[in-house]
Amino acid sequence: MGRMRFRPCGNFKERYEQEIAIFETDFGRLWVWIGLALLLGVVPFISGPYTLYIINNIGIAAIAAIGLNLLIGYTGQISLGHGAFFGVGAYAAAILATKVGFPFGASVLAAGFITALVGMVFGIPSVRLKHLYLCIATLAGQFIIEYVLMNWEGLTGGPEGIIVPGATLFGLDVSGDRPFFWVIFVCFAIMCWMAVNLVRSRYGRAFIAIRDNDLAAAGMGIPIFRYKLLSFGISSFYAGFAGGLWAYYNMSFTPEPFTIVLSIQYIAMIIIGGLGSISGSVFGAIFIMLLNELLSVATEFVMNVEAFAGAALTMAPLREFFFGLAIVLFLIFEPRGLAEVWRVIRSSFRLWPFSY
Amino acid sequence: MEFFIQILVNGLSIGFLYALSALGFVMIFKSSSVLNFAHGELLAIGAFIFLVLAASAGLPIVLCFVLTLMGCFALGFIIERLFLRPLIGEALIEVIMLTVGLAAMFKGLMLFAFGGNFFKYPEFLPKALTIQWGMINVPSVYVSSIIIGLFFLGLFGFFFKYSSQGIYMRSVADHQTAALSLGVHVRRVFALSWAIAAVVAAMSGIVLGIMHGVNVHELSSIGLKVFPVVILGGLDSIGGAIVGGIIIGLLETFTGGYISGSLAEVIPYIVLVFILLIKPYGLFGSVEIERV
Repeated sequence: MGRMRFRPCGNFKERYEQEIAIFETDFGRLWVWIGLALLLGVVPFISGPYTLYIINNIGIAAIAAIGLNLLIGYTGQISLGHGAFFGVGAYAAAILATKVGFPFGASVLAAGFITALVGMVFGIPSVRLKHLYLCIATLAGQFIIEYVLMNWEGLTGGPEGIIVPGATLFGLDVSGDRPFFWVIFVCFAIMCWMAVNLVRSRYGRAFIAIRDNDLAAAGMGIPIFRYKLLSFGISSFYAGFAGGLWAYYNMSFTPEPFTIVLSIQYIAMIIIGGLGSISGSVFGAIFIMLLNELLSVATEFVMNVEAFAGAALTMAPLREFFFGLAIVLFLIFEPRGLAEVWRVIRSSFRLWPFSY
Repeated sequence: MEFFIQILVNGLSIGFLYALSALGFVMIFKSSSVLNFAHGELLAIGAFIFLVLAASAGLPIVLCFVLTLMGCFALGFIIERLFLRPLIGEALIEVIMLTVGLAAMFKGLMLFAFGGNFFKYPEFLPKALTIQWGMINVPSVYVSSIIIGLFFLGLFGFFFKYSSQGIYMRSVADHQTAALSLGVHVRRVFALSWAIAAVVAAMSGIVLGIMHGVNVHELSSIGLKVFPVVILGGLDSIGGAIVGGIIIGLLETFTGGYISGSLAEVIPYIVLVFILLIKPYGLFGSVEIERV
């Protein structure tokens, strides 16, 4: 681990390795290990089943959001079909588990790869299309996948849904809230680690070059189409993997959740969290999930007040309203998202009392 | 044969409505190159304002029309001023996401206010408009939708061709910087294009409401169906929006009539993917040439 160094009061980097290092100081690395230890060792024991359920869902959403951020935030390819890809992953895992008899780990991984393939198929239009045209193409992908999930009854069970057997890992039953917490967050840590390392590698730099100016990137010898497809594939892999985990966690589901609303929810996560930031995707996932929770608590609270019981039923759509409002407000007032807010808070602590 | 012609008539009139809805969409895109995902919600807002005025307040129909269109004009202005203007010059994804956010906001508000039920307008169309021709029956709604559509197309044609504001809008669409340097008030043009788009949207929302009943989900899904229409016709072509609308409408009703109803919902999107692969700028759209 080397010597514990404090953060220098300026930019004194001399070598390229220092520039691309994930942690600027060893304290940063230490804090991440402490945070991970607290998350895996303490959180599942101090939180009740419902809190744990919410935290698990945040973890799953964060994995998918990281994938979407790799695509939109780093490669600059807008996708409105992430919710459908998440659904493809969920169905792939469920079908592999029930019809083929794959074990838990294998079917979730395979779901990731199948979704990556599907994602690459819908990424093909990106050969010729850019910006808004691509955005519309992925919107079409969303509707086509929704249709297939709903109507291919032989495979997906159609509107009646599908039932997934409980997850077992190394002969242990991990389908409960607490065991599954560890499954989700170990995966989450690995996926985060992969994403953070991906964006500072040759591939990540190519993605960023394509985002910033694709013609210039092509001029520098980056095979644009291959990298765009790769980006679609990786992003869909994350979505599919998260979908697979979700399928095992929920045990039974229908095609209903995987609509355009889910896609918008994921985009909201990465915009609110911060485009082009891995930690931002996690913040965004936490924000949206907690907002969701807060709204349903508020609805419940109003429902218990006698006078407003009738009004409470009509309050459910307000959730959508607040999603929209959050997106709009963040776009207008803090376009770089929560990651930027977090950075500002951190640096104001660091610079205290001499902040300027 | 009767079945065929009946479907043809249905398809044509639905296609006409799509064309009318796409018109407002193209208007915004042409002048400010914003892809408006909240278009369906604008349709629904117009339809519901009309519903409140006509059914709940019981005002005379003509007055309802006028008030609705005026209200939507103001609404378009306000949307542009409050939400779009701060983002002028920002990246494309942020503007698109803003309209997605607006769509969610409006939809949530409308569901909160009206719920997911179907509403009906009071009967006000004259029965004389119904065309009975042998076995084929063209309901007055369809006839009136075509009349309203043609009227508005003519109106916009004149507006863009002869009025000064229309010429400003075309100049901004053509070359924003050049228009700015010639003294065109570009921001006002943006605001005006949103206002007009909201009016057109309200118009088609009302006609759709007469045809199928007023429902938030139904109307806002039309807003997404505008995409295949405008892509087929070409994103920045008003004529293309009309041709595209009619083709998509026919395609949808024929698929619904002869193959299956659930396929009819997605067939426009399947076509959309193929158009994007083969001819991304549509039938009449202008090809973008990118220079570094």
